[in-house]
Amino acid sequence: MAEITTLHYLVVAAALFLIGVIGVLTRRNVIIILMSIELILNAVNLNLVAFSRLYNLHGQVFAIFIIADAAAEAAIALGILIAFFRNKETVNMDEVDLLKW
Amino acid sequence: MFFLEHIWIIPLLPMLGATMMFFFGRKLDDEHDKTWVNSICVGLVVVAFAWACMAVWQFVHSGQPYFEKVMYTWLGSDSGKLLFPMQGGRLADFKVNVGFLLDPLSSVWLLFVTGVGMLIHIYSTGYMKHDGGYYRFFGYMNLFMFSMLTLVLANNYVMMFVGWEGVGLCSYLLIGFYFHKHSASTAANKAFIVNRIGDAGVLLGTFMIFWMVGTVNFTSVTEFARTSASHLLGNPYITAATLLLFLGACGKSAQLPLYVWLPDAMEGPTPVSALIHAATMVTAGVYMVCRSNALFQLAPDSMMVVAVVGAMTALFAALIGLVQNDIKRVLAYSTVSQLGYMFLALGVGAFAAGVFHVLTHAFFKALLFLGSGSVIHAMSGEQDMRWMGNLGKKIPVTFRTMLIATLAIAGIPPFAGFFSKDEILWQTWSSHAGAFRVLWGIGYVTAILTAFYMFRLVFLTFYGESRMSHEVEHHVHESPKSMTIPLVILAICAVFSGFLGVPSALGGSDRIGHFLEPVFAMHETVSTEAIPAAGAEALAPVQQEEQKEEGGHGMEYLLMCLSVGAAGLGWYVAKRSYSKAGKDYPEPINVAAPPVYRTLLNKFYVDELYDYLFTGRRKLGGVRLGAQGLGDALWEFDANVIDGGVNGAGWLTKFTGTVSNWWDKWIIDGIGVNGPAFVARVLSYPVRLVQWGLVQWYALVMVFGLIGLTWYYLAPIHALRIFLLGK
Repeated sequence: MAEITTLHYLVVAAALFLIGVIGVLTRRNVIIILMSIELILNAVNLNLVAFSRLYNLHGQVFAIFIIADAAAEAAIALGILIAFFRNKETVNMDEVDLLKW
Repeated sequence: MFFLEHIWIIPLLPMLGATMMFFFGRKLDDEHDKTWVNSICVGLVVVAFAWACMAVWQFVHSGQPYFEKVMYTWLGSDSGKLLFPMQGGRLADFKVNVGFLLDPLSSVWLLFVTGVGMLIHIYSTGYMKHDGGYYRFFGYMNLFMFSMLTLVLANNYVMMFVGWEGVGLCSYLLIGFYFHKHSASTAANKAFIVNRIGDAGVLLGTFMIFWMVGTVNFTSVTEFARTSASHLLGNPYITAATLLLFLGACGKSAQLPLYVWLPDAMEGPTPVSALIHAATMVTAGVYMVCRSNALFQLAPDSMMVVAVVGAMTALFAALIGLVQNDIKRVLAYSTVSQLGYMFLALGVGAFAAGVFHVLTHAFFKALLFLGSGSVIHAMSGEQDMRWMGNLGKKIPVTFRTMLIATLAIAGIPPFAGFFSKDEILWQTWSSHAGAFRVLWGIGYVTAILTAFYMFRLVFLTFYGESRMSHEVEHHVHESPKSMTIPLVILAICAVFSGFLGVPSALGGSDRIGHFLEPVFAMHETVSTEAIPAAGAEALAPVQQEEQKEEGGHGMEYLLMCLSVGAAGLGWYVAKRSYSKAGKDYPEPINVAAPPVYRTLLNKFYVDELYDYLFTGRRKLGGVRLGAQGLGDALWEFDANVIDGGVNGAGWLTKFTGTVSNWWDKWIIDGIGVNGPAFVARVLSYPVRLVQWGLVQWYALVMVFGLIGLTWYYLAPIHALRIFLLGK
């Protein structure tokens, strides 16, 4: 059997990233989009940790920062979503078009 | 020499009276007790007359040719700083003194002004007794005496002009004495305004004299004229100056064309008419021309104008007087006519004859006016002769004195008017030959007319049948002594004053002519050079007359007889027509030629003509000429041009506002402000299409960008690495 090299980690991370991006771009439900954004952030975390195994611990430190940041971001995004839902009674992304000309 | 030295007192005495009336008159005047006003005003004039007599007596005995006393310098400076340029560029010192000049000419005037004035003041105490404003009347009369005395005693043109204006003012005040009456106040205005036109002439003439001579003093001007006679004869400037002075005389002495005020001036009380418009003020013009005789003698053209105007006025006024019905109007036109005689005399060079006529005329005209006042008083105010008649027996003193005056004015010897009028006619005939004899003819015809209308007046008033209404007839009474005594005194003067000027042809010594000689002496050069210099109308003064005199007095006797015949003819025609006049008596002129009668009755329509041309009270075919026409024209100018300009400025402001508004609204706001906004909006149309409002689409665009960047930086390297390293 082949060894699990860094590349494997990177590929996984890339795959997760790609899934997240597609989710953000494609899904209709706002909550799913938020989950996809979390997926992107975690893919990045995986990438950073993979590289930290090679070098020093900077990658892991950075990953922790990102996790904290993602949490805050999720909180705020959900707050916005709840405010939006109160106004418009829907979580459909297609109907977030108040800035449409 | 006391009275002569203090000659300045004479004008001041009546001035004192006028001042006292001004300040205290109301308190002093009482309805039943007029003694205060009488004693002050009339008393002062009596004292003035006495003083004047003494002053003239002292002057005559002094033997001097004239007496001059300068009181002080009124205008101008003694240091010679008030300099004006003269003709020829020299500088002259303008100096006007308050000074008094008494020479034979002013002596004559002084005596009759104060004398007749005194008699008229006495008369007025009776006549004005029951009128309101008694003190006001005497105040004005005293003011008049002051002005007239200033005029005759002045020693220079400017001070004389002060008196000149003063008499004009007093004439206005006294004509308009009954100012509640509209006709009286209008007449007063007319007198003053017409007078003023003459005043302009006097002023301009005085200015010209100063410009030529450098002084306005009478003695200096006379000396200048006498000594430079030879080279100044016919000088156009002197002619102009004398004509201007004569214009003033026309205004003041009521000659053509400025006589129109005198008939209307009869609106004033009768003593006013007697004093001002018969004896004194109207003679001021004659006085001024006599004063300037040296200048007039240097301008033969002016003298001709004076003579012609005088003769024509005499005839013109006599014609109008033939048919007037108001007793005072007849006398007014008679005054204008006799003044014409005086100017005729002056114009032909017979200055002494003119002055003599002034003197005799003062007596008999004042007597006529005062007598007519007595008649009006007796008739309870009626002035129209058509409603008189047969008054002779009822008011005998008035009747007899007026008859004497009429005989005098008609020129019947031995009354005064015969001598003076005859002298004028004789001088007119003999002074110049040729065309001037026409003037004698005019004077002769006027003499016939004078006799006619004066006797018409007497016959209509005192003879015939009574045409009075019953109430008036009951009240007819003779006037009180205060009125009749002056009449008698004046009648005595009218009878005897003629003997002052009996010509040598009748064996007399012509006292007044000799008395006045120093004033009117013609310089010899003038008389000798006048012959070639004056042209076709052979002007041949003194020398020719002397030749004629040497050849006997035949012509003079003939003319004298003709004059008496003229008077007799006038008397006879009047007697035939009017002495038995009853109700609705026919006027002979009306019977013979009604259009002529109407023209004469309407005074040749001169007043109407003046209304058309000069005052503008009547329109001439839709246009108003004259003074009121000027007012109309200026009003039109103001309303249309000036106000048009104002309105135009307003319109322009409003228009500017409108334009500004449009500019602001369409250009500034439209293009400046809204324009960019519009452009921004237009340009933004395609641009905002980018904003779909779809968040996922925005995210997709971000991803595209990310891929692009990544590919740009990494793609070739990645491929190269895999290829080279085999991983």
